[in-house]
Amino acid sequence: MAKRIEVKDLDIYYDKFLAVQGVSMTIQPRSVTALIGPSGCGKSTFLRTLNRMHELVPGARVDGKVFMDDEDLYGPGVDPVSVRRQIGMVFQRPNPFPTMSIYENVAAGIRLNGGRMKKSELDDVVERSLRSANLWAEVKDRLNRPGSGLSGGQQQRLCIARAIAVQPGVLLMDEPCSALDPISTQAIEDLMLELKTDYTIVIVTHNMQQAARVSDVTGFFNLRGVGQPGELVEIDETTKIFSTPSNKATEDYISGRFG
Amino acid sequence: MRKGSTVLPSTERTRSRRAPQRPGDRVFSGLSTGAGVLILVVLAGVAAFLVAEAWPALIAPADEVPGPDGIVLYIWPLLFGTLLAAFLALLIAAPLAVAIALFITHYAPRRIAQALGYIIDLLAAIPSIIYGLWGIQVLAPLTVEPAGWLEENLGFIPLFAGPASTTGRTMLVAALVLAVMILPIVSAVVREAFRQTPRLHEEASLALGATRWEMIRMAVLPFGRSSIIGASMLGLGRALGETMAVAIVLSVSGGVTFNLISSGNPGTIAANIALEFPESTGIAVNTLIASGLVLFAVTLLVNMAARAVINRRREFSGAN
Ligand SMILES: Nc1ncnc2c1ncn2[C@@H]1O[C@H](COP(=O)(O)OP(=O)(O)O)[C@@H](O)[C@H]1O
Ligand SMILES: [Mg+2]
Repeated sequence: MAKRIEVKDLDIYYDKFLAVQGVSMTIQPRSVTALIGPSGCGKSTFLRTLNRMHELVPGARVDGKVFMDDEDLYGPGVDPVSVRRQIGMVFQRPNPFPTMSIYENVAAGIRLNGGRMKKSELDDVVERSLRSANLWAEVKDRLNRPGSGLSGGQQQRLCIARAIAVQPGVLLMDEPCSALDPISTQAIEDLMLELKTDYTIVIVTHNMQQAARVSDVTGFFNLRGVGQPGELVEIDETTKIFSTPSNKATEDYISGRFG
Repeated sequence: MRKGSTVLPSTERTRSRRAPQRPGDRVFSGLSTGAGVLILVVLAGVAAFLVAEAWPALIAPADEVPGPDGIVLYIWPLLFGTLLAAFLALLIAAPLAVAIALFITHYAPRRIAQALGYIIDLLAAIPSIIYGLWGIQVLAPLTVEPAGWLEENLGFIPLFAGPASTTGRTMLVAALVLAVMILPIVSAVVREAFRQTPRLHEEASLALGATRWEMIRMAVLPFGRSSIIGASMLGLGRALGETMAVAIVLSVSGGVTFNLISSGNPGTIAANIALEFPESTGIAVNTLIASGLVLFAVTLLVNMAARAVINRRREFSGAN
């Protein structure tokens, strides 16, 4: 189920503006890969190219290759919709559908992916997803209440449940804790460690302690200079990045000397 | 949640202790309260006028009011015609307005979307008598042949029982004209609502692998739902009260019928008032005003029903 991602020489554009240049990396299945770097260096942009959300911005495009296992995600004839069905995404601000109940939120992706499923099966999937997201105990008595009535941290876990309900090959998270309090953040971090036994997780984070705590591999993005595109400076085992990074810029960043 | 409830009262308290009432605040709250009260007063005044003027007709003996069988049977066909024309118009206009709003906000390239938006807004600026003339001179003749076809092939449905009108001055044409008239306001309101769909929720559904249409069904339509209802009611209100266009287009013979393509149609309250008023005196005028009172009540009911529908799912509206 968990898939490997391989990126080769990826250039990412907003219209004529080259936002990120020359990214190559391999993301291993059943691991957490953290992407860190100063803001504006293109972490979100890069993350959104992995599930082809990037091209929703008018004029946005990429150059280069992204493979999921052996499937070329940008190959001719590949439908971005089907790519997004296989790669889940969790956003910075929790965004459960306000017009749907908690149950419907979790079921939303399944209803898209071909739809028909027996009520009892769907119940099982919803329960399993909410359990995996460590939310079941808190919401099992109010599945028909609106998702927007939950706390921020609960909403974010609901979004995670929604994303994993369709058993995606990869789970992308763009600063999933930056709008949350420390307790909720802790809950989500614990959750990531549990989820990585089944999923490939890529997380963008501003919080270096968080990267150190949850990730196996860390990639450091940086701007080459003012007005220059962002680039992947280095990517390595998290322990290595945080102890003996091979690049000076990485060392400066993680020791808080800039950014 | 918990955080909010402990933080809020204390800030409230400090505000009421320290913050002086600013003159601007006071003026504004005075103005807005005044405006609210004024609306209620005007509304009550209109209602009182209608009741007072309608009263003589309501208590008059049946043979003194116009029409053969008393005031109830005089107003009933008009009420029926009003509702039929208005709901039919809404039935045509609302889906079209939603489709147009969707196209403008989510499908069309920006240039085309803008131009289309302007054109639709312009429709709202055309006086209703022009719609009436357009209806009777252009649209009505165009419908004669299709109406004949409907009668021949779908005549077993009461709506198309015929005999098809040879002039085209039918309920169907009246409803079509009304539909065109209410289209701009309905689509403008719906368009604004769709435009404000949070990007956040659109992306949530797209990231789940929704196609554009699925995204619209998951995020845009539910978000705009109460606006669609509100806009429809606004349009319905206009259609219920529309006078000139219907007066010009509709050929009236007074019968209560769902037959949409014949020339024997019930009139509508507003059009009937416009047509009859110049030649009425005494109790006949009171009768017309009584019909106006009925229209007023119906419009009020429609709006209250819409409120109720919107409120029923308030929790899920996304406004919290
Ligand atoms: N929708 C967009 N259109 C044009 N440029 C954008 C858009 N989103 C981001 N950018 C630009 O791309 C660069 C990278 O942004 P982003 O990926 O958001 O950085 P990060 O997530 O690392 O803070 C920035 O220069 C930003 O201004
Ligand atoms: Mg970002």
